[in-house]
Amino acid sequence: MTGNTDATPQPVLVLDNLIKFFGRFAALRGVSASFAPGRLYVILGDNGAGKSTLLRVVAGLMQPSQGSVTLFGTIKVREVAHRVGYMAHAPLLYDELSGMENLHYFAGLYGSQNDVVCGNAMQRVGLDPDLSRRVGQYSQGMRQRLSLARAVLHDPDLLLLDEPFSNVDIHSARDMAEILGQMRDQGKAIFVVTHQAALMEGVADEFLHMSAGRIVARESLPRISPGVEAAR
Amino acid sequence: MTTFSVTRATLHKDLRMEWRSKDAINSMLFFALLVVVIFSFAFNPTAEQSRQIAGGLVWVAFLFAAVVALNQTWARELRNQVLDAYRVSPAPPNALFLAKAIGNFLFVIVLEALMAPLFVVFYNLRSVGPLWQLIVVALLGTWALVVNGTFFAALSIRTRSREIMLPLVLFPISIPALLGMVDATTSILTGDASPDFWIKMLAVYDVVFTAVCLLLFESVLNAE
Repeated sequence: MTGNTDATPQPVLVLDNLIKFFGRFAALRGVSASFAPGRLYVILGDNGAGKSTLLRVVAGLMQPSQGSVTLFGTIKVREVAHRVGYMAHAPLLYDELSGMENLHYFAGLYGSQNDVVCGNAMQRVGLDPDLSRRVGQYSQGMRQRLSLARAVLHDPDLLLLDEPFSNVDIHSARDMAEILGQMRDQGKAIFVVTHQAALMEGVADEFLHMSAGRIVARESLPRISPGVEAAR
Repeated sequence: MTTFSVTRATLHKDLRMEWRSKDAINSMLFFALLVVVIFSFAFNPTAEQSRQIAGGLVWVAFLFAAVVALNQTWARELRNQVLDAYRVSPAPPNALFLAKAIGNFLFVIVLEALMAPLFVVFYNLRSVGPLWQLIVVALLGTWALVVNGTFFAALSIRTRSREIMLPLVLFPISIPALLGMVDATTSILTGDASPDFWIKMLAVYDVVFTAVCLLLFESVLNAE
């Protein structure tokens, strides 16, 4: 047997000199970086720093003007779309449908319409699967939770979350951060764009600081073990 | 996950949302009803005159009414940016197009079924030709309207004045189909000529434009 147990894991995401123009404005100005699985990255930066654009390009919602995105070893993002979960600033949910109806439909887009999977996804984010109320009548916090449930419904290996805690109360936000930590522990790579860095301090593995379309700093953090966290 | 399963799921979702809101069907019905009543009082045609003009009147009413529904089709997907959730999924883009086109087809067919008796009453219509041919023309003509309408509505969703853009783009390209529908309907109602040529032309139009729309839809969906 010649297996090497110390081998560095294959990166889930490689960005190579990524540039994105909107007209004459460059939202991304040569972003190059590599990201490993099983880590939770928090992207910080001022408004207009390029955080959301970066996530949209990685998700395949925008084509880069120059450079490339390699996801799970391929530049054809669509081929690995089933391994990516995306949560945007907007909820990406139908107001006229209930939570379960929304999840049922989106699960179908990934080849599954299993009620148990949808019910579990709702319970995981603290929502009642039997809630018949339409999403249009949900509070902002409930929408954010359901939006997270939609993004993780198909058990993606890479999760891209754009401001998941906006308009969410502090307790719900902590719960959501804890869920993300658990998912990271299962080997998923998670990117969280947020202005609430403090929420992620115990959970994040690395903070990426963006400014003017570039990653200007990467700050690795020691992971706090669950025992230490409980004792705090 | 296949094109068929995603089309079915999307169609089911759209029908459920329409059943709850009735946005499209109500606005189409109201518009078509206005056209029927106002034209009837404005012209007060005899039975013979009705047969001559009904083909044009019916299809112009349905065309304008359909545009109302077509504008609603994609508006639902833009609210809360739900379209992005579809775009990041591995679901085939054409399944979304087919579901939207079939949904619009059903809405307009329901409208036609509800409006047909009113046309008969208000315009004192009696068909001289075989009635089943009218049904064939209605099915082919409606598909011609909605397949292009669904495509161009998708094309104009990112434009600022999309309600104006859609008819501007859709009407010129629908002229051959509209000619076919009007002439075939008039031929059947008056019994003066055979509608066969126009029915065949509508069938060819449907096949060509459905194929072109399916080929181009992925580019339209992913346009920035």
